[in-house]
Amino acid sequence: MIRPSIQSGALPPGQRSLHVLNRLAFGPRPGDIDYVRQIGLENWIEHQLHPDSIAEPAALQQRIASLQTLHMTPEELFIRYQVPLRQLAPGDDKRAARQRSKIILRQAVQGRIIRALEGPRQLQEVMTAFWFNHFNVFAGKGLCRLWIGSFEQEAIRPYAMGRFRELLGATAKHPAMLFYLDNWQNTAPHSPGARGKFEGINENYARELMELHTLGVNGGYSQADVIALAHILTGWRFVRRNAPKTVNRPAFERASAFARAMRGLRFLFGRARQSSRPWRGGGFETGNGFYFDPRRHDFSAQTFLGQPIPSGGLDQGEVALDILARSPATANHISFQLAQYFVADQPPAELVERMTRSYLATGGNLRDVLQTLFFSTEFWERRHYGVKFKTPYEFVISATRAVGVPVVNVRPLTGAMALLGMPLYGCQTPDGYKQTQEAWLSPNAMMMRLSFATALGRGHLPLQHPMDEIAQDESGRTPEAMQPAVMRMPPAAVNVFAEPDSMALAATVGDLLSSPTYEAVWAAPPGLQAPLILGSPEFMMR
Amino acid sequence: MHDRPDSRNSQIIGRREFIRAATLAASGAVIFGPHAWVARASSVVNSRKRLVLVFLRGAVDGLNVVVPYDDSNYYENRPSIAIPRIGEGAVLDLDGHFGLNPALASLMPAWKEGLLAFVHSCGSPDPTRSHFDAQDYIESGTPGIRTTPDGWMNRTLAALPGKHQPTEALSVGAVLPRILSGSMPVANVSGRGAARPLPLDNPRIERVFDRLYNGRDPLSKAYQEGRAARQRLLGELRQDMAVADNGAPGPEGFPNDAARLAWLIQRDSSVRLAFISLGGWDTHVNQGSIGGQLANHLKPLGYGLADFAKRLGSAYDDTVILVLSEFGRTVRENGNGGTDHGHGNVMWIMGGPVRGGRVYGRWSGLSPADLYQERDLAVTTDFREPIVQVLLTHLGLSAIQIQKIFPQRLTFSGHLSTILRG
Repeated sequence: MIRPSIQSGALPPGQRSLHVLNRLAFGPRPGDIDYVRQIGLENWIEHQLHPDSIAEPAALQQRIASLQTLHMTPEELFIRYQVPLRQLAPGDDKRAARQRSKIILRQAVQGRIIRALEGPRQLQEVMTAFWFNHFNVFAGKGLCRLWIGSFEQEAIRPYAMGRFRELLGATAKHPAMLFYLDNWQNTAPHSPGARGKFEGINENYARELMELHTLGVNGGYSQADVIALAHILTGWRFVRRNAPKTVNRPAFERASAFARAMRGLRFLFGRARQSSRPWRGGGFETGNGFYFDPRRHDFSAQTFLGQPIPSGGLDQGEVALDILARSPATANHISFQLAQYFVADQPPAELVERMTRSYLATGGNLRDVLQTLFFSTEFWERRHYGVKFKTPYEFVISATRAVGVPVVNVRPLTGAMALLGMPLYGCQTPDGYKQTQEAWLSPNAMMMRLSFATALGRGHLPLQHPMDEIAQDESGRTPEAMQPAVMRMPPAAVNVFAEPDSMALAATVGDLLSSPTYEAVWAAPPGLQAPLILGSPEFMMR
Repeated sequence: MHDRPDSRNSQIIGRREFIRAATLAASGAVIFGPHAWVARASSVVNSRKRLVLVFLRGAVDGLNVVVPYDDSNYYENRPSIAIPRIGEGAVLDLDGHFGLNPALASLMPAWKEGLLAFVHSCGSPDPTRSHFDAQDYIESGTPGIRTTPDGWMNRTLAALPGKHQPTEALSVGAVLPRILSGSMPVANVSGRGAARPLPLDNPRIERVFDRLYNGRDPLSKAYQEGRAARQRLLGELRQDMAVADNGAPGPEGFPNDAARLAWLIQRDSSVRLAFISLGGWDTHVNQGSIGGQLANHLKPLGYGLADFAKRLGSAYDDTVILVLSEFGRTVRENGNGGTDHGHGNVMWIMGGPVRGGRVYGRWSGLSPADLYQERDLAVTTDFREPIVQVLLTHLGLSAIQIQKIFPQRLTFSGHLSTILRG
């Protein structure tokens, strides 16, 4: 039995499978359409909503496990990769130390792309990319380079389909966000800890927290609320603990072991203070690199969004986050963005309204909101089928998935994303990348997309060069083989992987192609059929 | 220069501007009215004039760009980030009141030649302190209205006379900015390696894709515009560009993007409107004073602009460059050696036709009573006023055309009517 909401949209069954694979996943891989048909649409959706019910292949788990910086805490990362000048070994210079830390970004990129390409928990990956973008941090800003992978791994992925409040709290306290939006420097004026560059209030995070992360720009807050929230969030810092002065192995191991032990103390609501680690001056850590510094906190009572917040410490911030997460404005803002991502650039107002109600009724349970969305009639309407223009990320990932080539070297893919204006972890501004056709469709984008489709479809991208060096090597040197000409393919490029079989590719994408495209593909010379499928107007959309 | 406000001058479009437009119309450069079509062929006079817009995304701190160094409030509000009046790293005096940030020393020759001007206390009438809303308003040209579907540069393109060329409006960057989006065809080129051969350049491959994208839908339209621009920009000039690029993409950054743009304009005189944006101005912490973050961003910008002017050669005589940002920053420095989101800012105007060497606009002052919402530089000149001057005087558009580009009722100071040589 298919739910009425699914049937009411009158999509042919073949397009239904493609629809969910294009929206809840990054497009079909070979065999995916058959698999969805076989286990049933609803079953497939339910599994995707509960990623733990889907087994991850051991090989994938091993590859992710081998990306060691993804599994280090913010503290460990700081100790290992933020070497203070005085501790640099002779002959080592600051640049070399910086170079070493580039492994963090490389591994974050590698982990994200491999999971998006090959991971069976596709919706979780879609939501991880969605929330990372929503709570964007920029790898190129200072210390964020140390924590970019940890931010996604610790603050985003675990909560991608959980409660919004938890996601919000995890991002608010992660060192990457504290650094990126300057809240770590936000200090109560004239407080005992106020000195030097930590003398007073910084509005940056408070404003973006309301404008971008929660209420939305029309969410009904004033400049006075920005300032009140900034005061409430003073004293929120991250742990900066260096390894002992002389870098000897045992001491380093001790520091790392300590940092590892701290992971056990991670908790994200900050209310169970008793189990947190005390600091001199009465501050404490709550795990994952966050610490609250009362010497820089403004304990005074505040009025925030018309509500009194009594004097207090870290709990003031928790209350403020509660208020923000519970707000109907937030429910609406989040619902709109989800509907815009999953349904249409201009999502139907009624659907957004129903999702907002679902958010409010379930205390911001994102899984329930998504459930409302996926089983809505609007989601299945024909007018919403294939109308989302893929972002560069979605285009590159979905094309590579469709070809089905096992990817070892992700650089040609990340290079293409960058050329298309969407470098992974490279969005400088806190609003993240847009998700609309208007933002991404341009003359240049079409030239670049079709060039990528051509290079990929002819088997010219060096996707199978070994990347072991990249996973292991801390030298920062990139062997020549690692620097493929991203899309600069000479006309007579040699094939670096077997040219994709156009018949197999056509089967993978199922009922995607319209009949004019279909005819154009089969009228083209054999070597150009796969590029045409990947570069077709239908493949630009999801 | 620092005139007092005069309400008589605040009209929809200053009377003098209107007269100027009418004069231009009479001279045949621009004609509106029933015989507009006659003018198209004869408008070659203006066909090389161009506007280059440099958008500083993230809100540059205008008070540290053009510094009111004779105002003690400036120094009182900015104990650690002010640009000193005298001594090492002091401001470069402009007019006895304002001084230029020394990081922009490379622009002083332009100032002295009289080809660089500033408009202070300039900005958007909309009070938002959201970067994204404010940028959107600057680009749509309709502050306060979110639903405007297109950008004002696209609407300007529609108003330009003559046969439209695929590269008449050009953006440097991988994505098309809001300001250029709309119904008129535009081109965007990525800053790096724009001329490198792509797989798509193979005629065999082009042909098959031509067949797929031959409709009038948005994707086909983008494809066709991309093909046309690529052919025009790169067709016969590919060798040339490859030499210029020395076979490899240069480093990223404004000076290189600007150099490429200059290169394109020199070789393709059909470029009338160009757009470049650069980020990194949101200095909430450690903004620095004579050194540091802001200075490090200003240096390549100043150098890049000076170099751009040089590379344009004689084309510079026909080029006006506007540099602007979505809003300014707080007068008072914050607790972290930075500044937060503010309101009024300074606009830069540079180029052959500019009557420079002056700071235009009504300076609104920094005493507590002068500030906008008790914290920010007030706006006394709408950011559209200098733009309208350029459209009228430089690009030769008519008041009626301008009303289509900026449809809201505009209140103008009237202080800028002499900023360009007609």
